This record gives sequence, C-alpha cells and structure tokens, in this order.
Amino acid sequence: MTAVAVKYKELRALGVEILAVSTDSRFTHKIWQEQELSKMVEGGVPFPMLSDAGGAIGEGYGVYDTAASVDIRVRFIIDPDGVIRGAEILTPEVGRNVSELFRQVLAFQHVVKTGEVTPSGWQPGKPTLKPGFALAGNVWKEWKVESAFS
Amino acid sequence: MADARAGCVVAAAGVLTDKANTAAVQSNGSGKELRMTARVGQKAPDFEASALMEGTFKNVRLSEYSGKWVVLCFYPGDFTFV
Repeated sequence: MTAVAVKYKELRALGVEILAVSTDSRFTHKIWQEQELSKMVEGGVPFPMLSDAGGAIGEGYGVYDTAASVDIRVRFIIDPDGVIRGAEILTPEVGRNVSELFRQVLAFQHVVKTGEVTPSGWQPGKPTLKPGFALAGNVWKEWKVESAFS
Repeated sequence: MADARAGCVVAAAGVLTDKANTAAVQSNGSGKELRMTARVGQKAPDFEASALMEGTFKNVRLSEYSGKWVVLCFYPGDFTFV
C-alpha cells in the first residue's frame, strides 16, 4: 500500500489511477490512515481507499474469501475501455512488487499503442515482436531467450 | 464523483449491473442468484463503494474512471502489512 503510495506521482504521470479495496469500513480506513499510514508515507496514502463491507464487490470479482470474510490479495489492471488486462493473485503472506506493476502497465500501454506484443521479461526499450503470419515459427530468429533476463 | 454525506445511512450501491457488463453476468448454478465474475479480456464489473479519499468520505464508481488506466488492488485488511 505505502509502496504504491510513494510511487503515486509516477503512476499518475503514466495516466494510471489507483483504487485500493478491502472489506474494512471507511471509518477503519480513516483510522488506519491517521494512525499508521501517515507515519509511513508523508501525507498518508493519496489514492482512494474503498470499503467493500460485506464483500459484494469482491464476490463480483471472484476475490472474496467467504471463510475469512475478506477480499484476498488481487491486483487488476484495467484499461481505458474498462477491460481487465491483468490480474495478479497472491495469498496474504506475500506482498506485491510495485516495479512489476510499472513493467506491466508500460507493456500494456505499449501494446495498445503499437499493436506489437512484448515477449517474456520485456522492459521499456527492449525489443518487441510484431505478431502475424511472418512471425509464426520464426520467433527464434527474432528473439533470444537470454533477453528475458538481461 | 458524488459527494456522499458521511452518515452511516448513506449506502453505496455496491456491484452495479447494466447493459455494458451483462456479458459478465453468469448464473451461479442455483438459478436463484446472478453473479459477476471478472476475467482478463472482459469488461471490469462496475461498482460503487464508499471510500476514504481526499481527506473525506465519498462514494466512488469504477465507471467514473473510464478513459484512464486503473489499478484496482484488493487486499485482506487494514492494519496488516499490504
């Protein structure tokens, strides 16, 4: 949460809005913001913290855990047309990676803009692929597996 | 973005069903209830929720962010590490 908060300006600069959702009430969000989050990041978390009390929204997204009565840790990337592009689902013990969020957002924005596709491990500036007849069976000429890691 | 009065009686609408996302509505098998399921490549179900934002309480609809990239983060609970 706070890791995303400190990168909020950079995400906004990419045209990205953040919405955080849990089953806590808005009053609980307020106290958490005042008592803890504002001590971890200056000014507190700058994006909306939504209340999904009862879990109806989480249920609609398939992320509500009825046994624990909480929304599990899932991060969706939604494009400007309102289409879900990505979903990352983790059990509660492991937190998210904000750098990977940036990479995926930049990749989706590149894909939407250019119609190209981004191979495994793609980072901004690295080669993309142009899908189509000519590429079928010829990825090995265009892309080396080592580039997924460098 | 409608200002919500901060009183307990102003409820947010929760999940919203409309023509735009009826494609995402499925029967849960019992035939009694319709549920939405979110899938990559499909329209994100719209919803309205009460929220803490800009130092106050407001109601927020996902559809208000149409035209922008949105990162929607569900997390298990306040006062945990997230």
